[in-house]
Amino acid sequence: MLEVADLHSYYGDAHVLHGASLEVKTGEVVALLGRNGMGKTTLIRSIMGLTPPDVREGSVRWKGQELRGVPSHEIAKRGIAIVPQGRRLFPSLTVTEHLTVLKKASATHGWTVAKAFEFFPRLAERRNNRGNQLSGGERQMLAVARALMIDPELILMDEPSEGLAPVMVQHLEGIILQLKQAGLGILLVEQNLYSALAVADRAYILETGRVVHQALASDIAEDPSTLTKFLGVH
Amino acid sequence: MSGLNAFQLLNGLTFAALLFIVASGFTLIFGLLRIVNLAHGALYLLGGYLGYAAASATGSFLVGVLAAMAGVAVCGLILDRGLLRFVRGYELRQVLLTLGVAFVLNDMTLVIFGGDTYTVPTPDFLKGAVRFWGLFYPKYRLFVLALGVVVFIALWVLLNKTRLGALIRAGVDDPEIIAAMGINIRKVFLLTFMLGAALAGLGGAVGGAFLTLYPSADSEILVFSLAVVIIGGRGSLVGAAVGALIVGMLNTIGQVMFPEFAYFVIFGPMAAILAFRPLGLFGKAA
Repeated sequence: MLEVADLHSYYGDAHVLHGASLEVKTGEVVALLGRNGMGKTTLIRSIMGLTPPDVREGSVRWKGQELRGVPSHEIAKRGIAIVPQGRRLFPSLTVTEHLTVLKKASATHGWTVAKAFEFFPRLAERRNNRGNQLSGGERQMLAVARALMIDPELILMDEPSEGLAPVMVQHLEGIILQLKQAGLGILLVEQNLYSALAVADRAYILETGRVVHQALASDIAEDPSTLTKFLGVH
Repeated sequence: MSGLNAFQLLNGLTFAALLFIVASGFTLIFGLLRIVNLAHGALYLLGGYLGYAAASATGSFLVGVLAAMAGVAVCGLILDRGLLRFVRGYELRQVLLTLGVAFVLNDMTLVIFGGDTYTVPTPDFLKGAVRFWGLFYPKYRLFVLALGVVVFIALWVLLNKTRLGALIRAGVDDPEIIAAMGINIRKVFLLTFMLGAALAGLGGAVGGAFLTLYPSADSEILVFSLAVVIIGGRGSLVGAAVGALIVGMLNTIGQVMFPEFAYFVIFGPMAAILAFRPLGLFGKAA
């Protein structure tokens, strides 16, 4: 469904992605692992059409169509949503407004406000609060709920477990698996290896802007030598 | 030195209402979109001349007002799409560009309308005065006061209770993310810019009926609008309303009680407010 091939992205003169390639199939959860500064967020931003970075070579194909050069609002309309690093909620909007701003409250198809509140009951309780009045876990739920409102087929999640308490991380894993069951594809960037490997079907390891390893998530989890070799985990 | 009477207080209030109409457009553009549009005063004056021309030609004040709003909104469209898009994010370049546009617009109106003073013709039912509390007060000025209140309520509802308002707020908070959610935020911002320009046009047509129109009226209203938005805090609608009240009343007090210091009475307190609240009374850090 999503095919990234030989992508080269730059921040100014800094060459960050050196020919990164990966693939996400329909309904698949794919983990993108790697240490800080290896280009994970750059890859997510390159797929979503956000600038910077500046993508100078390679291709991003979605259902066979090239996404390079397509504005990010068009990419979103074609069915790719993002849960950005750091959540990036809108401080001036209430919880409900985060959802209705993307889809009319009266809409009946796909993800509706009612369905989102059913899926995240905590958010329903906080519907009139503003984004900056929520706890870390609630913020992350709202960032996911917001992404769902565009009825995506693929969600790019950039470090969703960052800053969450262990119990919330487990909760998040449950949500990711539920979304997978609903048929959504997810590209999951994580620092939290064990959380990512617990929900992913496959994993890619990114090092200095290249994919240096790919395997079934279960194989990586069972073979600690990979983790030691690429990610410095002991 | 003479004291203030009720008539003068009402003059201050009605001037404040007009200032609010113009400054609310300025706060949309300068406060929310972060575009330093020094052509806002010129848009006001252009709206005044357009309102005068259309109202005189058709005999309808309403047509004059609508023509002023529509004409100035189109002018805003051209300004944003044609020029400002090339200097997005560069405040100093925006200042110079819009200042240049203000000069060009002024010269164009000078060529077309000359240096004479014009007054937008008002409809018959707003002519004359009403009598209350033992004083005669012009109906038209009361109409401007009511219009200011209506514009405040309409803008408040638009920004806080509608989906377009939520889109504007989200776009101001984080334009990149709202775009990544499938919204063409440039279109939303363009619409906001045109609305801000239309409010300058409305102010021009309405103000042109009691302040009169003349070639340098634009810089006066621009300076007043700047004072209103800076005192109130950029981007705050309530701030613009309070700022307009303060500036409108101080202007009247200054002119009546200290005619020699009329400008100081406005800009002295403005400097004092800025010393203690650099972001204005209702301003929030970006």
